[in-house]
Amino acid sequence: MDVMPKWAEVVLVPLISLILAALISALVILAIGEDPIAATKLMVEGAVGSVRGWGYTLYYATNFIFTGLAVSVAFHARLFNIGGEGQAMLGGLGVAMMLLFVDWPHWSIGLMAATLGAAAFGAFWALIPAYLQAKRGSHIVITTIMFNFIASALLIYAINEFLKPVGQSDPASARFAASMDLPTLNSMLNAMGIKASKDDSVNVTFLISLVCAVGVWVLMWRTRLGYEIRAFGNSESAARYAGINPVKITIITMLISGGLAGLMATNTVMGESEKLILNSTEGAGFIGIAVALMGRSHPVGVVIAAILFGFLYQGGAELALWTSIPRELIVVIQALVILFTGALDNMVRMPLERIFLAAKLRKSAGPAE
Amino acid sequence: MDYITLIQLLDSSVRFATPLLLACLAGLFSERAGIFDIGLEGKMLAAAFFSAAFAAMSGSVWIGLLAGILASMALSLLHGLASITFRGNQLISGVAINFLAAGLTVLIAQDWFRQGGRTPQLSGDARFEGVTLPGADAIADVPFIGPLYAELISGHSVLVYMAFLAVPLTWWILYRTRFGLRLRAVGENPAAVDTAGVSVVGLRYAAVMICGVLCGIAGAYLSTALQAGFVKDMSAGRGFIALAALIFAKWRPWYALWATLLFGLFGALETRPDVIEAVIGMKVQGQLLGALPYVMTVIILAGFVGKAIPPRAGGEPYVKER
Repeated sequence: MDVMPKWAEVVLVPLISLILAALISALVILAIGEDPIAATKLMVEGAVGSVRGWGYTLYYATNFIFTGLAVSVAFHARLFNIGGEGQAMLGGLGVAMMLLFVDWPHWSIGLMAATLGAAAFGAFWALIPAYLQAKRGSHIVITTIMFNFIASALLIYAINEFLKPVGQSDPASARFAASMDLPTLNSMLNAMGIKASKDDSVNVTFLISLVCAVGVWVLMWRTRLGYEIRAFGNSESAARYAGINPVKITIITMLISGGLAGLMATNTVMGESEKLILNSTEGAGFIGIAVALMGRSHPVGVVIAAILFGFLYQGGAELALWTSIPRELIVVIQALVILFTGALDNMVRMPLERIFLAAKLRKSAGPAE
Repeated sequence: MDYITLIQLLDSSVRFATPLLLACLAGLFSERAGIFDIGLEGKMLAAAFFSAAFAAMSGSVWIGLLAGILASMALSLLHGLASITFRGNQLISGVAINFLAAGLTVLIAQDWFRQGGRTPQLSGDARFEGVTLPGADAIADVPFIGPLYAELISGHSVLVYMAFLAVPLTWWILYRTRFGLRLRAVGENPAAVDTAGVSVVGLRYAAVMICGVLCGIAGAYLSTALQAGFVKDMSAGRGFIALAALIFAKWRPWYALWATLLFGLFGALETRPDVIEAVIGMKVQGQLLGALPYVMTVIILAGFVGKAIPPRAGGEPYVKER
């Protein structure tokens, strides 16, 4: 029985968790001798107070939309994909393969190829854990963690042995062709006659990430496959009785999840660094977990949560620049969000359910008196 | 490779293996009681910071060790609260703890010491120095056993000996005491333990707290014995290698010793590429060697080389029937 109305489930519970996380973050800032209100102001100004700030906020948000969608698709099948980080690293390798070894006539065609490469490599990196989970019962959380480390070793190896130009000491691949530069949203605004700075920040992949969010919504709630994924996540035995093949669903879900995580590389590798560097993922694969939890695994929630985390990232960078608060504050906030919206979910939910139950009982008992 | 090089290699394997062994045994207690713990990494990191910080401030490494253990236990308590009391997702709680430790250690280090997220260098009594075992100097010149005893067995910090003693102790607690029997039972079939009138919640909290103590020692070893001070992210994935070792060891204490020693050897070889080249006659990339524990664990998990079966009730919160 659903004790709580839907709005409480979708809005109230995450909101209270978020407020708790924010309060504790404020206490942390106070404890290190800084002013939380001034810090918040600085973050808001730095992240959304200018076109430049917005550009970086949305740049980060693009990554988090991709990885957040990746984690949430897997969540629907009750699979916990911690491997977004490794899948995104492999996605970067896919992008680099496509752009280094083929001469594309135009950035748009190059982007399509890079998208394909990123998704294919990311999906491939999710395939092995998925197969092991489905066929051999090895726990997907452990295998995806292992695959993150293997991916990182593989990336270092690939860059140092094959992709690094001869004579270069910096561990990075050669630069992609200049014609492969992705247009930024700022330049689009300029083209439309709106004055914006020429920052190399949010680019067209942001739009792709939004398309992916819509795509995930359609897949999950408007197709047979999505129905099967959700049914499998709700009850594996019931799904099995309904003729849903658990091996197939596990593998397909993880392929989609890995592909989405891999797509993140189109933004970071093709859009931002324009070459394959060692740490292009910067932990975004893990932030996907926080984003998916906060967004309740729904694409709309994921996009909102991703923009919020983009704000935190850009704001946090500004904080580190202007105050003595290190960037790691963001990691703490991220941990608190995961803790409250994920692990301590019941702590928020239990008292709320009690309140709603009491209210319901009073209402039904009322007229009889 | 000559004998002395071999001894040196094994010696550094032991140093690399020690934190892995402690963290692996920590995870063993927790997971045997049915609580998955992917937060070993975070607990080690927190302990590494607090032990270095308190050792630096007090000048005594023992106070540092105590602070490290307490910090790690505090995170264990949080994990217990989330996964036992509030029956939340144990994996998500572990992820949160890892990030919490990664962020807070740098934040607090910057606030306390203003050295870019590190602690001051430790020296003298603020560090665990090597212990020379009795007679080590006397027989050091004896061929074969001399170097073996003086270089490999003697000369480690006291925490190394504690870690190795923890193996038989863990075995004894798990397989020879009533507490151990109940602890294993609660990881396999908590309902049966509950029916017998033993508190599932109490046992699981006990296991999680023991895990905290061991992770605390592991973290203290990193910053006060292996290195002289805390640096950002110094646990460097060791918590996850320990987790891999735990699976490799099939959740058994003696196997845990061999698994962590093997992974320690990989770590030692990574720092000695010249030795590998001399032995197998070709160059091996260090990163590939570093990834070997993970690859081997995946192979074990896949069940191709003996199946690793985790405790049956692992990861499931226990809900009493009403």
